[in-house]
Amino acid sequence: MIDARGFSCPMPMAMVQKEVKKNAPAELVVLVDDKCAVENVSRFGKNSGYEVTVAQEGEEYRLTLKK
Amino acid sequence: MKKINWLVVIAGAVVGIAAVVLTLLGNPANMGFCIACFLRDIAGGVGLHSAAKVQYIRPEIIGLVLGAFVMALVKGEFRAKGGSSPATRFVLGMVVMIGALVFLGCPLRMVIRLGGGDLNALVGMVGFALGILVGIFFLKKGFSLKRSYTLGNAEGGILPAVLTGLFILAIAVPTLFKASEAGPGSMHAPIIAAFAIALVVGALAQRSRLCMVGGLRDTFMFQDLKLLYGFVAIFVLVLIGNLVQGKFKLGFESQPIAHSAHLWNILGMFLVGWGSVLLGGCPLRQLILAGEGNGDSAVSVFGMIAGAAISHNFGLAGAADAVNEAGEYVVGGIGTAGKVAVVICILVLLAISLLNVQKKEKNA
Repeated sequence: MIDARGFSCPMPMAMVQKEVKKNAPAELVVLVDDKCAVENVSRFGKNSGYEVTVAQEGEEYRLTLKK
Repeated sequence: MKKINWLVVIAGAVVGIAAVVLTLLGNPANMGFCIACFLRDIAGGVGLHSAAKVQYIRPEIIGLVLGAFVMALVKGEFRAKGGSSPATRFVLGMVVMIGALVFLGCPLRMVIRLGGGDLNALVGMVGFALGILVGIFFLKKGFSLKRSYTLGNAEGGILPAVLTGLFILAIAVPTLFKASEAGPGSMHAPIIAAFAIALVVGALAQRSRLCMVGGLRDTFMFQDLKLLYGFVAIFVLVLIGNLVQGKFKLGFESQPIAHSAHLWNILGMFLVGWGSVLLGGCPLRQLILAGEGNGDSAVSVFGMIAGAAISHNFGLAGAADAVNEAGEYVVGGIGTAGKVAVVICILVLLAISLLNVQKKEKNA
């Protein structure tokens, strides 16, 4: 799991990119609290071949990236 | 093929059209929009510097922030947050502004200048791209200004509130403020038109996340072209606007409010690119984020205003090329103080970059 809450763009996308490059996980959960980060991580996930689902939990978002 | 994000294309196109229209309405040539120049004018307007030619309370800045503020409220995206290394962000804002005023424009004006045929902007863009690459290098090394935290709504409304107060005062009691009688500060579109256009642009920039630094950064770092489309759309629309009006003039010499001291154009924009990557966005994006309630971005904007005051109080800003009394073309650029400042600013960015590389990330 990547906890990118509180980080502004492009940090959440950079954290996900690093994890994907390093470990190429089949599933990855990313926590963010910024709509811009939701859009960017979703786009990065889709461009990297993941299916992305987003669940809003209050002011935070849980993104699940699955191969 | 990756999908084109049409919202950012539309936002870019509107910014381009707005820049052309604002110039037609009275803003300086190739300066329909310039965040650095307009913050500098505001700094002069409130007396933070005494450069007589660049003093005016620019309604465009106020409109951009309030447009983003209203749109963020409407879309439920207004969120007060802050605490991510604010003092460092203040200094970064200062450095970005000093670099921008060496070049004579922010990244947005760089694109607008390009659309007018000013090849000095192309030279500046080389430095801008190099600065972004250096910033990306440190991001990949683990650079971070740490997390921000949720704060009270009052904190998030600081910059919109301050600018609203400034706008009301500027309209109600204009004599409170300094206003240039000659030079770029004296050239401006009517207040209400400039404010209204900027409101629309601010709202669109909020929705599209338009960012001049983000365009190149995301392309280099993630091969993500989304924001670059906005960058290109601005250029294309300004180019068309200038061609239609017969104002397109390709070359290095005699460009409006620009100099052809190439090394300093490169280094000025190098500072802007590097500093903006560390901040997480260009000066325009900082205004928009501040409108969304981001206190860290508001601090960055205050840093930029301070940077503008320092630039003009200490003679660091670039001087445009000009023709002297003997009819000779004189290349402008910056003086010794400006050159020393650029070197110091590079060292400051290097120190900030190195000191904020997280050890855990470094060893990961």
